[in-house]
Amino acid sequence: MKARVVVTLKGGVLDPQGKAIEGALKSLSIDGVTAVRQGKVFDIEIEGDDRDGARKTLSEACERLLANTIVENYAIEIA
Amino acid sequence: MKSAVILFPGSNREQDAARAIREASGRAPAIVWHADPELPPGTDLVVLPGGFSYGDYLRCGAIAARSPIMRAVARHAERGGLVLGICNGFQILCEAGLLPGVLMRNASRRFVCKMQHLRVENATTPFTRGYAEGQVVKFAIAHGEGNFEADDATLEAIEGAGQVAFRYCDAAGRVDQAANPNGAEHNIAGVFNRRFNVLGLMPHPENLIDPLVGGIDGRPLFAALAA
Repeated sequence: MKARVVVTLKGGVLDPQGKAIEGALKSLSIDGVTAVRQGKVFDIEIEGDDRDGARKTLSEACERLLANTIVENYAIEIA
Repeated sequence: MKSAVILFPGSNREQDAARAIREASGRAPAIVWHADPELPPGTDLVVLPGGFSYGDYLRCGAIAARSPIMRAVARHAERGGLVLGICNGFQILCEAGLLPGVLMRNASRRFVCKMQHLRVENATTPFTRGYAEGQVVKFAIAHGEGNFEADDATLEAIEGAGQVAFRYCDAAGRVDQAANPNGAEHNIAGVFNRRFNVLGLMPHPENLIDPLVGGIDGRPLFAALAA
């Protein structure tokens, strides 16, 4: 089973990397971009076909390692 | 005092930390590999040194914080044992949940490497009793991710409990944004846990123990620990 975890910075948390990318887009004359926030994507393979079990496993993975929940949110997608 | 310096893959300040401890206490610390499950018996002080553990993969300190030795470090802290995290060591302690908050990318987006004045905010702890409250000291800083962040409730709690150890300031002790090298909330350079037996700080006291290399303002910290 394939799953994807997306980790993003919480609203209001300063994202210097996103700001730098925003600046680089401007310098490429790619117009109309008003804000960039950078996050992380994890593509994960899970054994078996128990979707609820997979969701539970991935939630634990996010809480304990993949995200720092002080400043990050996570979303789990199971294919 | 029996001490241990933890060596993670990518640590690079462990010898500086070891020298500072050795010169203060007359006794060399054990250098303990991150994969070891236990600290040497009788360890009083654990130091997590600076560097770039695991190449800062995932988040600074995130992988190191889940290494086998960190479970032993957490038990040591739980027993009341002393833990000092410097720079990457501070990041590891936050990631391990042994200290509040998190260290984010510097607001300037730049790696900062310079001498920095700090104000001692709480001089009643085993780490800081060699200083006076309000004393201005000069340490070195060298980091890209030292921007201390915590939610408002956490900030209020650590301020209220006197858990701020050091704040970034200028030579006159003024704490303001001009003296803040990385955007840290409340100019926080170092924090204690609630029991004051764990300290994390971004600046490097271990590099300020010899007048030949810029000053000796770091000595009182190690002398207090060794006493």
